[in-house]
Amino acid sequence: MRWLRENLFGSWGSTLATLGILWLAWMLLPPFVEWAFLKAVWFAPDSRPCRAEGAGACWALIAEKHRFILFGTYPYEQHWRPGAAILVLFALYTASALRRFWRPALALAWLGGLALIGLLMWGGVLGLPYVENERWGGLMLTLLLATFGIAFAFPISILLALGRRTRLPAVRALAVAWIELVRGVPLISLLFMASVMLPLFLPEGVSIDKLLRALIAMIVFAAAYLAEVVRGGLQAVPHGQVEAADALGLPYWRKTLLVVLPQALRVAIPPLVNTFIGFFKDTSLVVIIGLFDLLTSIKVALIEPAWSGFGVEAYLFAALVYFVFCYAMSRYSQDLERELERSRTHALKGN
Amino acid sequence: MAGKPMIEMRGVGKWFGAFQVLKDIDLDVAQGEKIVLCGPSGSGKSTLVRLVNGLEPYQAGRVAVDGIELGNDSKAIEAVRLEVGMVFQSFNLFPHLTALENLTLAPIWVRRMPKRAAEAHALQLLERVRIAEQAQKYPAQLSGGQQQRVAIARALAMRPKIMLFDEPTSALDPEMIKEVLDVMVELAAEGMTMVVVTHEMGFARTVADRVVFMDRGEIVESAPPKAFFEAPRTDRARLFLSQILGH
Ligand SMILES: Nc1ncnc2c1ncn2[C@@H]1O[C@H](COP(=O)(O)OP(=O)(O)O)[C@@H](O)[C@H]1O
Ligand SMILES: [Mg+2]
Repeated sequence: MRWLRENLFGSWGSTLATLGILWLAWMLLPPFVEWAFLKAVWFAPDSRPCRAEGAGACWALIAEKHRFILFGTYPYEQHWRPGAAILVLFALYTASALRRFWRPALALAWLGGLALIGLLMWGGVLGLPYVENERWGGLMLTLLLATFGIAFAFPISILLALGRRTRLPAVRALAVAWIELVRGVPLISLLFMASVMLPLFLPEGVSIDKLLRALIAMIVFAAAYLAEVVRGGLQAVPHGQVEAADALGLPYWRKTLLVVLPQALRVAIPPLVNTFIGFFKDTSLVVIIGLFDLLTSIKVALIEPAWSGFGVEAYLFAALVYFVFCYAMSRYSQDLERELERSRTHALKGN
Repeated sequence: MAGKPMIEMRGVGKWFGAFQVLKDIDLDVAQGEKIVLCGPSGSGKSTLVRLVNGLEPYQAGRVAVDGIELGNDSKAIEAVRLEVGMVFQSFNLFPHLTALENLTLAPIWVRRMPKRAAEAHALQLLERVRIAEQAQKYPAQLSGGQQQRVAIARALAMRPKIMLFDEPTSALDPEMIKEVLDVMVELAAEGMTMVVVTHEMGFARTVADRVVFMDRGEIVESAPPKAFFEAPRTDRARLFLSQILGH
């Protein structure tokens, strides 16, 4: 009760705001709950029950099309392969989230995991039929783009950030050029360039497929943004740390890996995660070069005349999926930040 | 001092841009010798000490450490850093590592010592600076005096032949100064070659073989502590002494 009074009715202004919000909720929530839950059609082989008088949300569309939304046009009888690949992805996410696993072996686990995913998805060996990546799609493709994108862009961004601070003029110029050129261009145009221009530069006979080109464009793009975030972290490391490492005789790479980066990346966690979240959502832009990501697969599901007209449900669902992933990342970074902060303040009590 | 020369500086000059920080410095430090370096703030003491392990480049003269010509050559600097330990005013412990890990990092990654051996040696050193029970703590969990003792132990973990100290007690609360000086006194008694920038004149009197007084980038006086404190030869040294002994 006291909390209520202090926080919601502390003054005339906040009392009014509280009442206003309550009124809005009273007006909007019941009809939404009725539509989304009470009168919703959860399962139906076709859309007829949804079109009945007084029917609510047509979640049957999602239930019916879930395989398509998850895996796109991947051959139906092979769906266990992207399914297994998603499991591998989630294992990698989980391992990376636990600080216990933050050690060099994690990088190896990522390399191995990504290779395994590639093997599962492409096949062509070990009796797995080959599936060309034209047929990859849906949520799986979105996750692949985001994961592979970040897994490659992040190490590159560290090199770029270090390169920008090095005394070697050629390396520094390259890093600055990459970062500044890419940051001055929207991702869409990079994707167009990758899909239209890249093939022109390649020698005849060599072709890189569409997915790889999109991935390269996204890596180039994300690396530039992440590099600036990493650079911010590097700047937060006091110069005394570098000098202490120098005085101990640690050569450049060992000094960087053992002393500088662990401190720099710790500082950079919140903005890094912020950039990851933005990048995850940006993957939906690949639709413009004809790739078949989560959002596109939902759009395609709606094209079918049987299910047309249920766009609200479909896009709500897409939003929910994006939200779940982004919210998980955001919560995780907040928890991590709090944990690191706690260990520091706890530490200061020792003084 | 009969030992062979560990540090030799001849006509060393250093500039920050157009500003000359060090002017024609000649300095010899023999093996086992303890030098206390003093002088007004901004006189170039830190710069001089940092030159010895290549943290600062120099533009004129020559510097040799344990027979290695420093030049501004990175291979020579690398070799010299293996022989020289350094302790900073602001400790500069690695905050993401425990006290023990601070000590073992360089032995493992520079000297390629096996982890077990490095840890055993590190524990001995922490014992020596009387802080072994804090081995698993992070720097932020230690007091300033404890941190500085860990920093001394960290430098010793590389088994250096020379130890440089740049105002090791200036950042400490008064009650912690003694615990750090005690460790340094013991180290001196064990025969370590030491160059210490400090204004702790008690330490200079009891430990130093020689006090080197600097002003405006020059070495103005160099004398045994008794002679320096009782009969400084220059006005600049007299003024400096009256200022620091005055309060
Ligand atoms: N990195 C630097 N760039 C320019 N000037 C510097 C730099 N470091 C020190 N100085 C100048 O050099 C002089 C000597 O500095 P320092 O060796 O730190 O003196 P001390 O340790 O005796 O107080 C000072 O005037 C200081 O301002
Ligand atoms: Mg100084």
